[in-house]
Amino acid sequence: MYKYDQYDQAMVDTRVAEFRDQVNRRLEGHITEDQFKPLRLQNGLYLQLHAYMLRVAVPYGTLSSAQMHMLADIADKYDRGYGHFTTRQNIQYNWIRLEDAPDILADLATVEMHAIQTSGNCIRNISSDQYAGAAADEVIDPRPYAELLRQWSSFHPEFLALPRKFKIAVIASDTDRAAMKLHDIGIRMVRNDAGEIGTQFYVGGGMGRTPMIAPLIRDFVPLDQFVTYSEACLRVYNRHGRRDNKYKARIKILVHELGAEEYKRQVEEEFAHLQGQGIEPPLAELERIKACFQDPAFEAGAPDEVDASDPDFVLWTDRNCHPHKQPGYISATISLKPVGGIPGDASADQMRLMADLAKEYSFDECRVTHAQNIVLPHVRKADLYTLWRKLDEAGLGTPNLDRIGDIIACPGLDYCSLANARSIPVAQKISERFAAQEKQDALGELKLKISGCINACGHHHAGHIGILGVDRKGVENYQLLLGGCEGEDTSLGKITGPGFDEDGIVDAVEKAADVYLREKQEGERFLDTYRRIGIDPFKEALYG
Amino acid sequence: MKILTGNNLKTGAVVWWDGQSWSIHVEDAVDVGDRADDIISAEEAARRVVGAYAIDGEKDAQGVRPAHIKDRIRALGPTVRPDLTLKPADPEAGNWVI
Repeated sequence: MYKYDQYDQAMVDTRVAEFRDQVNRRLEGHITEDQFKPLRLQNGLYLQLHAYMLRVAVPYGTLSSAQMHMLADIADKYDRGYGHFTTRQNIQYNWIRLEDAPDILADLATVEMHAIQTSGNCIRNISSDQYAGAAADEVIDPRPYAELLRQWSSFHPEFLALPRKFKIAVIASDTDRAAMKLHDIGIRMVRNDAGEIGTQFYVGGGMGRTPMIAPLIRDFVPLDQFVTYSEACLRVYNRHGRRDNKYKARIKILVHELGAEEYKRQVEEEFAHLQGQGIEPPLAELERIKACFQDPAFEAGAPDEVDASDPDFVLWTDRNCHPHKQPGYISATISLKPVGGIPGDASADQMRLMADLAKEYSFDECRVTHAQNIVLPHVRKADLYTLWRKLDEAGLGTPNLDRIGDIIACPGLDYCSLANARSIPVAQKISERFAAQEKQDALGELKLKISGCINACGHHHAGHIGILGVDRKGVENYQLLLGGCEGEDTSLGKITGPGFDEDGIVDAVEKAADVYLREKQEGERFLDTYRRIGIDPFKEALYG
Repeated sequence: MKILTGNNLKTGAVVWWDGQSWSIHVEDAVDVGDRADDIISAEEAARRVVGAYAIDGEKDAQGVRPAHIKDRIRALGPTVRPDLTLKPADPEAGNWVI
């Protein structure tokens, strides 16, 4: 994992002191709320439905055991004993007191954490593949490059007041596990025909009220120029992005209005201009970062077999584990989606357990996924059964990764002041409706995502089944979408028709699932069947 | 009736204007008529509240009930965590929201 150097630590410590002063000045009346609001947002502190909400950055979703322990301690000491892992691989606390916020940031700083880049019109926390550095299918470990981008983008003076927020994902495999094409910039590390590693740039994707899939802008940028190319992409956006209309200010609108070719032409022009201006960091700095991401001390010749005598364990292994590049190891996903639970929530005790298990079984490391689960990236297969037993005893052994119960849901109207409808109760009811193992087995991979408003924090556009909560004259109503996908074959879901009430949407999901079960052919997932037969059979079942 | 709500500046707690001060209980809310802007200006200037706004409410036998579900959730707490609401021991409390 990355280790702060003296500059990183000094920046974070200085920021804590600065924010402490700002909070004191606000409480003493020296600055108004209008003056204070952008300052607190730059430190991840929102005013939400019930209280202040603090969003803590988890760069590319990576946490050490000590960091996870600190997140648990903060939940107990300053909040109400739990936290909510988000679709940007961060964590949020819902019950924060303003007067405590500086102390929380100071506690975070002791474990090299902060809340920078979690709000405002800046480059936000960089996201990545939750299996980075462990996956068997990646061409290179993307984390050093994500870290390089984090350092480049943190407090970048040119990009602190962008037209709108800006989200970047970095991956390094053909399989997209980070919704890369639905980011402002999606960077995929690739190997070209000459065997050289470089980066593809997809620019102008996003969800929200105007969902768009990012077009490919450049199919190969050499690794020693990719920060410069990122800077060129940002510069064109910063220059021409619309500041007159918040709803048209994201880069996806600029790329769409200019056209991908014209946007690319301007980026290439800017890129040529920037060449030789020293944008790229010194090679020594990249090497220093890379040294932090060396493989852990894997055991050579570790047994590659997994004990298959317990059927429940076998089920969990099949569902929740992912192949590792190192023989004898595997990446294990801890589902934060128990039947009827709140997607992404974890109690302080659960966080402590996950931290301890990460220390004992995964080289002191865990990952937050954009699907609101936790991954232990480097587990020895010989330890897997013991690990599973401990998880299962704590209610963390749900075998439902990428199944219908593995629902992404935003906090919705239960917590969010922007929401129009509640997301969590709908997720809970669907989870309970499909709790039976045979139902989940029959449905196979089925990604269901729920947002409580058009801002799409629950990624409803990208769900095989998506649900969007709206406000219809003061009453919650839910629209159903079908056919979305966040993977390498990204697609956007289509609305089926009129919405449903809270119970009606659960029935609607079941009807859509029944159409799939009726129509599916050998080997087809829900998404495959939908793409083959189209939306009409589903509409017929839903609306008759 | 028009009632006022906001958040306590220091703690962030949801509060309701009771005619003299801010209460965490919506039952204490009073009709402010056309005085909303004046009260909000004075109270925000005094740093007792932040993000204050006026909403429609109704008064019935059980007390004051905000007209919109968002403010009813603010008044009680998250519907998915009854243990964190102001009425954790009342199994029927959630019905008041919906």
